[in-house]
Amino acid sequence: MKCRVCREPAIIDIRRHNANFCTEHFLRLCRDQTAKAIKEFDMLDEGDRVLVAVSGGKDSLALWDILIELGYQADGLYIGLGIGDYSDESGDFARDFARQRDLKLIEVDLLREYGYDVPHGSRAAKRAPCSACGLSKRHIFDKAALDGGYDALATGHNLDDEAAVLFGNTLRWQVDYLGRQHPVLPARSGFPKKIKPLIRLYEREMAAYCVLQNIDYILEECPMAVGNKHIAYKEALNQIELQSPGSKLDFVFGFFARAAERFASSDAAIDDVLAPCTTCGAPTPSGECAFCRLAERATAAQPVRLSPRREKTSVRSGPSTPSEPDRA
Amino acid sequence: MKVTLRNPTREFEYDHGMSVQKLLNKLELNRESVLVIADGALVPGDVRLADDANVEIRSVISGGSVISGGSVISEAVEAGR
Ligand code: SF4
Ligand SMILES: [Zn+2]
Ligand SMILES: [Zn+2]
Repeated sequence: MKCRVCREPAIIDIRRHNANFCTEHFLRLCRDQTAKAIKEFDMLDEGDRVLVAVSGGKDSLALWDILIELGYQADGLYIGLGIGDYSDESGDFARDFARQRDLKLIEVDLLREYGYDVPHGSRAAKRAPCSACGLSKRHIFDKAALDGGYDALATGHNLDDEAAVLFGNTLRWQVDYLGRQHPVLPARSGFPKKIKPLIRLYEREMAAYCVLQNIDYILEECPMAVGNKHIAYKEALNQIELQSPGSKLDFVFGFFARAAERFASSDAAIDDVLAPCTTCGAPTPSGECAFCRLAERATAAQPVRLSPRREKTSVRSGPSTPSEPDRA
Repeated sequence: MKVTLRNPTREFEYDHGMSVQKLLNKLELNRESVLVIADGALVPGDVRLADDANVEIRSVISGGSVISGGSVISEAVEAGR
């Protein structure tokens, strides 16, 4: 196989483009596709300051690398979630990447700064780990982007991520979620602009980008993700992609072009019901925001190993245990 | 040819080389879900792997957050539930 651009030996075949690429031209393709997405969806202006949500995985590190290559001023934010070895190792990959390239990495440790970690906090708050984790991450990323005066918060969601989420939302006709699925969420009072510059790139391409750029990333999966639906959807979509290359791209971009607006909700209507959280000031529809309520419940139990019975007791006797039913 | 699959780690030995695509078929792996790295270099499907090659097959699928939607709406939806 030869590179479509220079006819040198290819290192990767990309069937949806019906083409093969050498290292140099594959890396260029990744940057060009990112630049194209940024332009197409009006994500950034030249010279913008970007905060990249960094997990230590392939997508966020590749994104950070590409944004720097494209000339943006990009800092990273890593959140220590306290998920055992997985968090320790992923933090090391993020730190090594930043150190080698002399980039600024901001770190927030959930346990140190908010008094809980994901495994214990989610149990104490009676939420699914990913639900507690996602809520915590969103809050901390938003706050850091606003506090740091960044023009946008960038996340490493790739096309496979968006396709899997779209597939899941469509299977269950989650129209509220469908209405918000877009590569850009504009800045609004209390929320930073959020962008997904890797929206045109497949997950396989991001892994290849890291291999070729010598970016070491965490290969292990978060233990909480094992067996989740998201992974099953990705596998199902890859089966379809195998038969019909380009299906994932058509699914997601066809949605943006021809369907998304049918589900669009009015941001103005949502803004009307939002008021500052009584504890942290973040916009919320409900007095105290979901994050602060989570943090209160999560810290009611100390993150130490307790027997199931004692753990229950400590939740019940915590300083602010709400009696509301489990929402997760 | 020594083949290592990651996540979880499994190892296979073959006494002869074969094409990347043939190896993936043998292991019943979807080429869209993996990268094949032979002796440290990325290789496309038509490459013939040498008899003594050291091959790593890496899954590219990651779990990520299952939470969809933007922060405001998710919170609004959660609060209204
Ligand atoms: S899989 Fe779940 S718990 Fe693990 S990092 Fe992702 S959202 Fe958090
Ligand atoms: Zn080339
Ligand atoms: Zn709050």
